[in-house]
Amino acid sequence: MVCVTIVDDVTVIATESLSKRFPRVTALDRLSVDIGPGVTGLVGANGAGKSTLIKILLGLSPASEGRAEVLGLDVAARGTAIRERVGYMPEHDCLPPDVSATEFVVHMARMSGLPPTAARERTADTLRHVGLYEERYRPIGGYSTGMKQRVKLAQALVHDPQLVFLDEPTNGLDPVGRDEMLGLIRRIHRDFGISVLVTSHLLGELERTCDHVVVIDGGKLLRSSSTTDFTQTTTTLAIEVTDSDEHPDGTLAVREALGALGVGVQDGSGLPGAGHTLLLTASGEETYDLVRDTVAGLGLGLVRMEQRRHHISEVFTSSDEPRKEATGHGG
Amino acid sequence: MAVEHSAAATSADQTRIHDIGYRAYDGPRLGRSYATRALYSQSLRGAYGLGRSAKSKVLPMLLFVVMCVPAAIMVAVAVATKAHDLPVAYTRYAIIMQSVICLYVASQAPQSVSRDLRFKTVPLYFSRPIETADYVRAKFAALASALFVLTAAPLLVLYVGALLAKLDFADQTEGCAQGLLSVALLSLLFAGIGLVIASVTPRRGFGIAAVIAVLIISYGAVSTLQAIADSQDNPGAIPWIGLFSPVTLIDGVQSAFLGAEPSHPGGHGPDTAQGIVYLAVVLGLIAAAYGLLLRRYKKVGL
Repeated sequence: MVCVTIVDDVTVIATESLSKRFPRVTALDRLSVDIGPGVTGLVGANGAGKSTLIKILLGLSPASEGRAEVLGLDVAARGTAIRERVGYMPEHDCLPPDVSATEFVVHMARMSGLPPTAARERTADTLRHVGLYEERYRPIGGYSTGMKQRVKLAQALVHDPQLVFLDEPTNGLDPVGRDEMLGLIRRIHRDFGISVLVTSHLLGELERTCDHVVVIDGGKLLRSSSTTDFTQTTTTLAIEVTDSDEHPDGTLAVREALGALGVGVQDGSGLPGAGHTLLLTASGEETYDLVRDTVAGLGLGLVRMEQRRHHISEVFTSSDEPRKEATGHGG
Repeated sequence: MAVEHSAAATSADQTRIHDIGYRAYDGPRLGRSYATRALYSQSLRGAYGLGRSAKSKVLPMLLFVVMCVPAAIMVAVAVATKAHDLPVAYTRYAIIMQSVICLYVASQAPQSVSRDLRFKTVPLYFSRPIETADYVRAKFAALASALFVLTAAPLLVLYVGALLAKLDFADQTEGCAQGLLSVALLSLLFAGIGLVIASVTPRRGFGIAAVIAVLIISYGAVSTLQAIADSQDNPGAIPWIGLFSPVTLIDGVQSAFLGAEPSHPGGHGPDTAQGIVYLAVVLGLIAAAYGLLLRRYKKVGL
């Protein structure tokens, strides 16, 4: 019943020297990129042109030059047809507080052209899939940020699109909420068969979720590659250990022990919990085992071991381009 | 569906929950015009608080009752006293009850459009098949229809009552038709003005105040000026002053073309030439309101 109709080598989104110029800013500058099915991350600093690109792809804003196709349909000529098959989750709040999630999503389903009965059935299904149960009958005003994000996601999925645009879906979520949202995004493709274009300014969270990452900066394509390329060059582990009577400074003990084994360790100054956090470069699976065994051997407790979330700027430095000044904060 | 059926048949005595996973939707997608109609009916129902919280039903329903009760009383009086005519002409009724109509526009126009702007729901509409013009048309038509229901209902009460009182059928039918035509024009004009004002501000309270200011205060100002013109023996100016408030505009159109008694002081209604100007201004305002709304929503976009 679940049929993934998209064949693997088909392009879902294609742009060809796509440009968008406003009187004072160039938002997109001759962007050419092909995006296939699956989960694709669109990474860029604020103002890099991510939202502008989504607007053009939805057929809502004409490009200044160049062309783009979504699901094989030209964005300039077939906007309505595209919007029937595509879902969109905006970055900002977009939910009225005085209606329930069910009423709101049913209304949005009908706005997508679903007949009333189908709209109600799909709403119940979709809200369940995004993880909203009893609370869906209560007014949205009383929801937590995480629940609101789920409603926003549900309205983008309710009409069973072939592709969804998710604009900064993890914004404002706590770490647990982030992980749940990222898991949900993975499921959208794996279980629902819907391709995803998700934007973020954090590369770290996208490299774990996406099959493919497109990096844009100042409206230009910086890099487009599968996520494995990124992870190989950027995996850094952050670890934190307890102290014991035998080793009053556990962090120092682990640092020395790992140093003796030839693992490069820096202290995580500048990170939260500085002085107790160590950073090390993971060369592969075995590094995790090594850390575990070393800490256990010293009789210490391992409080935390996680892949560090990278900021987008690290991609720019690792791609050896002298554009550091542009990466920090792009208006 | 087939899965559920066979499960129900084989285990009729057991209750089971089947996790059927994600189901794709391959039913019909009815597209733009269906979505526009759905938005229209949702907005029309919303204008009377239907499908919204109990609290938001109170004011529109109350105003509806307030609109109809005087008509019912007039009918009762007419029947009881065996009068030969209704105490108030069909075309006069909306003019007498104008403050109730203005209150209704002031409360429901912001409800209809300011909410979508304030909570930034508009992008969700425009990321779907409907276009800017569809959204504007649906909202405009919904508020105009809601106003027509509000203003036409008491006229129908009067009409039915008049027939029950065995008043002249042809006379009453003509009067009622003229009244309905007049309130239809009034509904379009007031809906347009209300929506344009409300669409400029995402703040609902501000929208309510601005609509009241434009509709009620302009009427007060215009009638005052007309009274001054009348007392200073300058009756020629009265019809021209009437062009500057929505209520007197409708009053002018119906006194020129729909056989209504003008409510202008001293009974100075516009003549036919002035009536044409009145009608042109009314139609121009309705068209301008539509154009301004389109422009406004072109900018809102995503």
